[in-house]
Amino acid sequence: MALIDAEGVRKVYRMDGVTVEALKGVSFGINKGEFVAIMGPSGSGKSTLMHILGCLDVPTSGRYLLDGVDVGSLSRDGLAGIRNRKIGFVFQGFNLLQRMSALENVELPMLYGGVPSKERAEKALAALKTVGLEERKDHRPNQLSGGQQQRVAIARALVNDPPLILADEPTGNLDTKTSVEVMELLVSLNEEHDKTIVLVTHEPDIASFSKRIIRVLDGSISSDEAVIKHDGIA
Amino acid sequence: MMGLLETAKISLRSLWANKMRSGLAILGVIIGVGAVIAMIAVGRGASLQIESHISSMGSNILIIVPGTTTSGGVRMGAGTQQSLSLDDAIAIEKECSAVSHVSPELSGVAQVVYGNRNWSTGVIGTTEGMMDVHNWSVSSGRFLTDQDVRSSTKVAVIGQTVAYELFGNANPVGEIIRIKKVPFQVVGVLAPKGQSAFGSDQDDVIFVPVTTAQKRLFGTPFPRMVRRISVKARDAESIYLAQEQITALLRQRHRIGPNQDDDFTVRNLTQAMEAAQQSTQAMTLLLGAIASVSLLVGGIGIMNIMLVSVTERTREIGIRMAVGARPRDIRLQFLIEAFLLSVIGGIAGIALGTLLSQMLVLLFNWSTSISPSSILLAFGFSGFVGVFFGFYPAYKASLMDPIEALRYE
Repeated sequence: MALIDAEGVRKVYRMDGVTVEALKGVSFGINKGEFVAIMGPSGSGKSTLMHILGCLDVPTSGRYLLDGVDVGSLSRDGLAGIRNRKIGFVFQGFNLLQRMSALENVELPMLYGGVPSKERAEKALAALKTVGLEERKDHRPNQLSGGQQQRVAIARALVNDPPLILADEPTGNLDTKTSVEVMELLVSLNEEHDKTIVLVTHEPDIASFSKRIIRVLDGSISSDEAVIKHDGIA
Repeated sequence: MMGLLETAKISLRSLWANKMRSGLAILGVIIGVGAVIAMIAVGRGASLQIESHISSMGSNILIIVPGTTTSGGVRMGAGTQQSLSLDDAIAIEKECSAVSHVSPELSGVAQVVYGNRNWSTGVIGTTEGMMDVHNWSVSSGRFLTDQDVRSSTKVAVIGQTVAYELFGNANPVGEIIRIKKVPFQVVGVLAPKGQSAFGSDQDDVIFVPVTTAQKRLFGTPFPRMVRRISVKARDAESIYLAQEQITALLRQRHRIGPNQDDDFTVRNLTQAMEAAQQSTQAMTLLLGAIASVSLLVGGIGIMNIMLVSVTERTREIGIRMAVGARPRDIRLQFLIEAFLLSVIGGIAGIALGTLLSQMLVLLFNWSTSISPSSILLAFGFSGFVGVFFGFYPAYKASLMDPIEALRYE
């Protein structure tokens, strides 16, 4: 069943009188349970695509259905609600709130989802357990390593149990060893917890953890193929 | 959707994280609210003092004094004519409907002796009406009665100061004192009144029946003469009617023709006091208004701090929006921050203002009065300032584009 259904998605920016067509009408679908990497050089439009997939932006024209909801017709409030319930973000820069403990950071999406405080704490702790950081729940982000911070961010992405996890260059700020750990965590979420994961990256090594790679070039999809797994990757 | 309490907790925490900056923003409000409270306290203190003078003098009072005499072209000043009589007072009480109480007065200074002590004081011959007109009451014994006036009894009601000077702490009631060598029995002691509006000791006084004063104490050119008549009008509205009725009645009784001047003057003392009170109220308003300007400046300080804070926390706003905060959640968070800043400032400012007005009392002996309404006003105003000046930064924050906000370094 299709979780993401993009049809002729086009995005045009107007900057200082110059129109830039970042996406020239892309169409693709992603089913529930898939692990897809979106690749492309900078300026290819993959960031724009990520923003639209993440409901941070809406297409200029074309149609984007997420879990059956037409995102293009939603207000800012509506988009916020979709992001809250349907999407878990994992960013390159972790994007944790520095003043809050790991547990509180994980609780954040539930705060805007109206979850009662006791249930919030329980769910957040469970999510931290999934990423193996329950002992660090009271640590602030600056007391954690980069890999640990990214795992807290993954726990935050998981906590509302959204159908889609959107990871934007999740290993960009991490060393190779930690990158592998974080990718293995995403793989296990996909395989064991049946999460749909869309990964945006420009590193082939990282993309190879996924099962399908969509390549974007100049605002269009240049290739869309399954990853052939062979041993020895890592 | 996020609860108010949750939002308030988050707001408090981010304020706490920037202690220095929050402190400075709060300081502006503290000074503003403190100034408003202290200034209003000073103004109210002044107006309360005047109010208490008015009430000790008695309210809605008219004072009738004889007119002037002219001797060889030289006019002698108010009260030099001897035209008022006890019968005028009785007639006013009977015939003027707007008048509730009348107190004729014949006064003079006399030496008073008790045992081996003596004291010089004002002795006023009057009637029972004095009590009601000038708000006197007795702390022990009784006041003069109609019976005393009718039979010219030699009884006296003495003020606290006189009681202390002659009797020390002993009970004067029932004792005999000599006023101008005439023996009087003390039948009552007046409740204390303190200083008058003009600084004289109102408790340094002796009341005797007016008829006794006329016959025994102060020689008068004609038997029933009084020096002045104090009159209490029924209420504040009827004071002018009372003035008219009294003037008409006395002109008739004194047989003054239509083209002749009055041989008496009716004075309205309350009016002067009320004018004074109005001017202090205007002053209170002015002081409050000036102080409010500093509260306004404090509000602008909050806006400034909040704008800086919104810019600095752009990334935080982006993160919150990405995980599902709606524009209104962001707006509420910053609005509550601004509100908390100003309300915390307001509470501290109330403490500062109270302290300041107490210091004015101690250092300069000013009378001040802090009313619950001024505290409520300052508190409410500071909350309003917070919301008003916090709205623009909060609105700005809520308009942010989550993509731009997440990119912000």
